[in-house]
Amino acid sequence: MLDNIKEFASEFFVTGDPLIYGADASIVLATIGIVFVLTYFKKWGWLWRNWITTVDHKKIGIMYILAAMLMLFRGGVDAVMMRTQLAFPDLNFLEPEHYNQIFTTHGVVMIFFMAMPLMFGLFNIIVPLQIGARDVAFPFLNSLSFWLFFAGAMLFNLSFVIGGSPDAGWLAYPPLSGAEFNPGVGQNFYIWGIQISGIGSLASGINFLVTILKMRAPGMTMMKLPMFTWSVFAASTTIIFAFPILTITLLLLFLDRFFGAHFFTLDGGGNPMMYINLIWMWGHPEVYIVVLPAFGVFSETVATFARKRLFGYASMVFAMVIISIISFFTWAHHFFTMGSGANVNSFFAISTMIIAIPTGVKIFNWLFTMYKGRITFPTPMMWTIAFIPAFVVGGMTGVMLSVAPADFQFHNSYFLIAHFHQVLIGGTVFGYFAGLYYWWPKMFGFKLNEYLGKWAFWFWNIGFYVCFMPQYLVGLDGMTRRISVFSNPDWIGLNIVSTIGAYLMGIAFLFQVAQIGYSIFRHEKDTTGDIWDGRTLEWSTPSPAPEYNFAVIPQVHSRDEWWEEKERRRRGEKPWQLGPIEPIHMPKNSAIPAIMSACWFVLGFGLVFHWLWMAIPGLIGVFICMFARSFSAHKAEYYIPVEEIERTEAKLRGGSV
Amino acid sequence: MGKKRRSLVRAAFSAVTLVMTMLLLSGCGNYMVLDPKGPIAAKQLDLIIITTLLCAVIIVPVLIITFVIVWRYRASNKKADYKPEWAHSNLLETIWWGIPIVIVIILAIVTVRYTHELEPSKALASDKDEVVIQAVSLNWKWLFLYPEEGIATINTITIPEDRPIRFELTSDSPMNSFWVPELGGQLYAMSGMSMALYLQADEPGTYFGTGANFTGEHFANMTFDVNATSEEEYAQWIEEAKSSSETLTAESYEELSKPTEKEEPRLYASFPNGMYESIVTKYLHDGAELHQHGSAETGDLKGPETVDVQDADSEDHSSSHSGH
Repeated sequence: MLDNIKEFASEFFVTGDPLIYGADASIVLATIGIVFVLTYFKKWGWLWRNWITTVDHKKIGIMYILAAMLMLFRGGVDAVMMRTQLAFPDLNFLEPEHYNQIFTTHGVVMIFFMAMPLMFGLFNIIVPLQIGARDVAFPFLNSLSFWLFFAGAMLFNLSFVIGGSPDAGWLAYPPLSGAEFNPGVGQNFYIWGIQISGIGSLASGINFLVTILKMRAPGMTMMKLPMFTWSVFAASTTIIFAFPILTITLLLLFLDRFFGAHFFTLDGGGNPMMYINLIWMWGHPEVYIVVLPAFGVFSETVATFARKRLFGYASMVFAMVIISIISFFTWAHHFFTMGSGANVNSFFAISTMIIAIPTGVKIFNWLFTMYKGRITFPTPMMWTIAFIPAFVVGGMTGVMLSVAPADFQFHNSYFLIAHFHQVLIGGTVFGYFAGLYYWWPKMFGFKLNEYLGKWAFWFWNIGFYVCFMPQYLVGLDGMTRRISVFSNPDWIGLNIVSTIGAYLMGIAFLFQVAQIGYSIFRHEKDTTGDIWDGRTLEWSTPSPAPEYNFAVIPQVHSRDEWWEEKERRRRGEKPWQLGPIEPIHMPKNSAIPAIMSACWFVLGFGLVFHWLWMAIPGLIGVFICMFARSFSAHKAEYYIPVEEIERTEAKLRGGSV
Repeated sequence: MGKKRRSLVRAAFSAVTLVMTMLLLSGCGNYMVLDPKGPIAAKQLDLIIITTLLCAVIIVPVLIITFVIVWRYRASNKKADYKPEWAHSNLLETIWWGIPIVIVIILAIVTVRYTHELEPSKALASDKDEVVIQAVSLNWKWLFLYPEEGIATINTITIPEDRPIRFELTSDSPMNSFWVPELGGQLYAMSGMSMALYLQADEPGTYFGTGANFTGEHFANMTFDVNATSEEEYAQWIEEAKSSSETLTAESYEELSKPTEKEEPRLYASFPNGMYESIVTKYLHDGAELHQHGSAETGDLKGPETVDVQDADSEDHSSSHSGH
């Protein structure tokens, strides 16, 4: 009996590596610590009522961002470990098996569990405030989206200590990811971690599309939408078309692995090339999904900090819509070398180049927003300006990669690695950081410390170029991606430099952690609600905004409505005529999303280990939650009385409205 | 504050300069892709240079404009114009929609021409006979078969200089990619199909070859040497291989195809007839069709061609169907 348990445990838990034992110990210690703090300060009720069951978009947004930061840490540690292993030739810091797991989880964590939640966090916090809404269209679904993401992320991360991590690359091409070459449970964690959080992402896409279409303040036509909200609109539409492809692709892979189906295996008449096509039909739009909102952020920050209207609004909208459409017609450029023939390659090469046109136009429009402006350089604007050269150079190498016959020399080399890190970090990450610094005061009512922020900024930027510029060169020198060790002496210098860059970015992240920690304890409270002298509606509410966002929803007349309103007040003209305060209709908290996601977690965990005794109750739990929601939905709303609103407003605005 | 900012800027500048110097010291030039040793790699380098220049036409001015605008319109420069309402100009927007469109049109024309010209299965023009080498990606080594000479190798190939080499690629393991950067771009090696890639070496030398698509645990060990030699040395090498004490048989292939961490280069004096075809058709049921990309027999450049393997390749090896 004891032997049986021992044998089970040695397979169930990942063993044999001091790094893993370190992780085990820190997970246990952190859990004990959290439980202790919550119990000691009697915060369990607070956690349950204010966070776990909340349907408030602002709180959900904060939870998304917190989770994204944790995942950025995890993915960053993976990155630093990889760069350490590749610093010198023939190192044995990581075994090949371990290295393969780490580059796989680095990619998955950074895209699915860092970029996506950071993006949804910004969507959540800003979109309703920017369009003058009280919440998103479906607050319950919004909470469910978050908890599904969280369940998926936790399931995926569990593979680090239980069962073993996936090791077939972030897109898990079969046959390498199939049962024959990958019989362990790691790949099951991959499928279910992504599948569960992917359902949440799809629901979020629907939620924000409907929110933007149906919940805008009176007078805010589509062509008066703030540009960030437009970018959310474009990204959400893309999500709705792209994510079902991911869900089906992973489902087919699951059927192959679990039931021995043959969608992607050659014996039995399937074909792995179908998987590669399908996964990139989702995968390419996905990179635009994460970068479009960054474009939206830049459009906001550039106008605010140049104190000037956004240049070429209509062009900007058109460019974004074009990008999201064409992004569905470029997927094969990820495998020009699969032998599709010259005509197919030509088509996908040209469609890829075409995307460069609207993207370039956006750059020009941002530049000419700054032209004849009055530019100030707080941290959000520094990130915005740093984005332009980073993204322009990354875009240029992207166009180089799109030239199919030349791609035969770039593909799968470090040139490619350098390119997509340059656009994903220089575009997406810089954009989300700009957004985070820009809207942080809106979330919490105080600015992040600028001094530490500038240190973080410079470490990030210098580290970024030091890390990735050498990778272009080492790629041109024949170094391919995903090798766990190299021995070519020509590559040593470039790899050392690249590793130094990775460490600089690691230090930058520590500065950001210090910045947030320091700012929480030492900050000046923002009493204006409009700390940057902003232009759009979110800055017309107090910071942080009350749960109902707007006591009275304003009538919108122009694109930069809040800026125009301030201008009217400066000129002494008639300000907004806000109607009387009325009782506000709000959604009630619900525990169902968190519980349903926990059931999904149980279901996923059961399927990972092929334990139907665990999976089936999980599935039943999911259905019970759906059932419970269906029969309680009518009770899920309440009204905030006028007196309470007046009291809150008086407190937040010091008496004046 | 201003002072502090300036010192930060200075720190940034010195760091960037340091990196640039280190990059230059670490050996400019001699990057494999930028130092081609064969006609395909040379044309691909031409194309890389053309695209870089075309992109630079836009990129360089944008970088300069960015710097100028950000510098000139900084808030502390009170002499600069300030036009907070100016947000639209048909002329300007036409210009920056127009210029990228023109560049992309030029780039597209160049790309389409080169894509057809450099289609990997297109035979290289030469007055000399081509050499056929069949490459099989295994976990974790490359098996090379010389069907005309009847010899086989692991992780090493020797080719005569100045003669077109027709590589036929497949895999008996997860999808890989066959890449010899100094000779030309890569092509995937996939199970159940054969892909043709023409390369040629213009001068003798030892070139680095590698698997480029991740195939699992010891993927990093899938490198091989390509030795380009004179015709005489090539003939000598063939003789040397033929006198090798090892031969590849169906049984020893079974053993070979099992995962191994790392294999040293070695030679086989012979291998069974139709071995490559039987690896490619391993998953084929009777009557099913095989995807043969860009087969030379059909001379087709338009893309994937479905060819019955019996007609195309193996009239005399019909027994090669392993009959799954």
